Amino acid sequence: MAWVNAIIQGVLTGGLYALFACGLSLMFGVMKVVNLAHGDLAVVAGYIAIGIITVTHVPALWSLLIVVPVMAVLGYALQRTLIQSALDRGVLTTLIVTLGLSMVIENGLLQFFTANTRGICAGCALVQDSFSIGSQIQVAWLLVVIFAVAVVVLLGLQYFLSMSKYGRLIRAVADDKEAAQLAGADYRHVFGIAAALALATVALGGVGYGMYSTLDPTAGTDTILLFAFAAVVIGGLGSLWGTLLGGIVLGVAQQIGAQINISDELLAGFIVFLAVLVVRPQGLTSRRAQS
Amino acid sequence: MSLVTEASTQPAAAFRVTRSRRNVAWTGIAALIVVVVFALAPFEVYSGTTAILVQAFIVLTLASMWNLLAGYAGLVSVGQQGFVGLGAYFVLILGLHGLSPFDALPVAAIGCGVAALPLWWLVSRLRSGYFAIATWVLAATIMLFIERFSSIGGGSGMPLPGFTGYSSTLLTAYTYWAGLAVTVLALVAIYLLLRSKLGLVLTAIRDDEVAARSSGARVGLARMLVFVVAGVGCGAAGAVLAISQLQVQPSADFSVTWTAEMAFATIIGGLGTIEGPIIGTVVYMVLQQTLASYNAWYLIILGLVAILIALFARRGLWGLVDERLNLRLFPVGYWLRTANADRRRGWRRA
Repeated sequence: MAWVNAIIQGVLTGGLYALFACGLSLMFGVMKVVNLAHGDLAVVAGYIAIGIITVTHVPALWSLLIVVPVMAVLGYALQRTLIQSALDRGVLTTLIVTLGLSMVIENGLLQFFTANTRGICAGCALVQDSFSIGSQIQVAWLLVVIFAVAVVVLLGLQYFLSMSKYGRLIRAVADDKEAAQLAGADYRHVFGIAAALALATVALGGVGYGMYSTLDPTAGTDTILLFAFAAVVIGGLGSLWGTLLGGIVLGVAQQIGAQINISDELLAGFIVFLAVLVVRPQGLTSRRAQS
Repeated sequence: MSLVTEASTQPAAAFRVTRSRRNVAWTGIAALIVVVVFALAPFEVYSGTTAILVQAFIVLTLASMWNLLAGYAGLVSVGQQGFVGLGAYFVLILGLHGLSPFDALPVAAIGCGVAALPLWWLVSRLRSGYFAIATWVLAATIMLFIERFSSIGGGSGMPLPGFTGYSSTLLTAYTYWAGLAVTVLALVAIYLLLRSKLGLVLTAIRDDEVAARSSGARVGLARMLVFVVAGVGCGAAGAVLAISQLQVQPSADFSVTWTAEMAFATIIGGLGTIEGPIIGTVVYMVLQQTLASYNAWYLIILGLVAILIALFARRGLWGLVDERLNLRLFPVGYWLRTANADRRRGWRRA
């Protein structure tokens, strides 16, 4: 029964990892940017939410109404300024600039908000309530909600990319930005939209992570970025639903690892990641759902 | 094991090809004097100063290795802290088996080079950004694996054994010389490497990977060699780190901050030149020492400066010097001179 429990918990945490991974995957798929500051931006979103909740005393989820748009605008602005100018200078520069951004954000948070860990809405009913299946399995409502949000976000992204006008533009620009430019699409603006979408999903992930676990300035690089990346590679590069599959595989591996030995949770996840790298470097899904 | 499948062309008779405009012997003598002056430092300065210099040696070794990876081979590794930590832990493990830390240092460095081979096999399929984060995951995995073993300190680390025979003065001096030796060897090795045929291949990859590949350069093999060399160098730096700290600690030795520091020092000094990491290390140490009392501020400023330089002065501080003076402290390229050209203006960099 403990194993069934581990698998259920793992699948549900996979939803949280997918929320982080789909933004990373989107930015790589559209503008070939590997954003090394992805995890730190999630932590920033979490800290903004904490700030809003502390100041206005609104219920935790209401803070998303502000955090998500703020992060989306930040994403657009970052893409149009820093990341675009780095992109114009080559892949190496985008890596250095996003690594620099990651260090600046992480140490900035450390400087201004100390190394203390913070949770979002630790006492809320949503964070604490759970329901039981049978006598031994306790499932937290929060994880179910996060998983549902992840599925809705992925469905929404899928629909947006395949049906809407901007989705069509994004796919066109991802395929060939010069050709799209010739056809009248301003690829820089479209890149900005894609970055805004990516950071909106990151905002959801960051707040979700803050409720599920705790946030501290180093969480972005120590865990979130590496988990997001592992989920992307396990699921398959450039595949949107692959990020959910990758997240689930990673989450289940971690929970089973924790079941064997409580301190092996992270190691088990990374070993599965390395095994996928050896056996199936293109990831578990090989279709290119995104473009 | 040939790196280039076709021989390079001979220079035409009307041109003369040299390594440098100026006489290399002078820079050689100057470098020797600098090394001798540095070697005498433990007799001249306080141990506080040598401790700072040891830190500078570690950063310079790491930055030079990262420069070889990112500046020449196009491998942006964010996981070099894995080798720093491995080097430190190899010294500990050898020390627990009775080897003195200073004897363990070269063994640890070579051990890191050997460890680099299977790790390369794991990450070599990935490119650019994915390579970057995969190396990061690898470093994290190595750390988590090492933390499992309580006999080598588990998650909290442990002091290095084998220091009982040394007086404090002697230990400071030996640590300093070990750091200096590692740095000098690293720089000489990189210099000779870049002057060799492998260097030619690496410079070609740096300038244009597709063109290098289509001219017969074995890019994959060259990259593997660089990854192994960087593993040895970063492992040696990690061993010096462990000796200078007298202890190992997983979260400190495997910290991604090491990679950030080596990357930023290289970018600020100038990527793709041997001189760049040296200048970058000086800038890094000055920033770190002046801002040390403001906690994390030096990393924030370092990150901002690195972003600005990556965007607006892509060849770094050394690039700015080079543009004006056409100076090469370490001539690894070739200069082409037409036979009847003006002595001052006829030189062209090849």
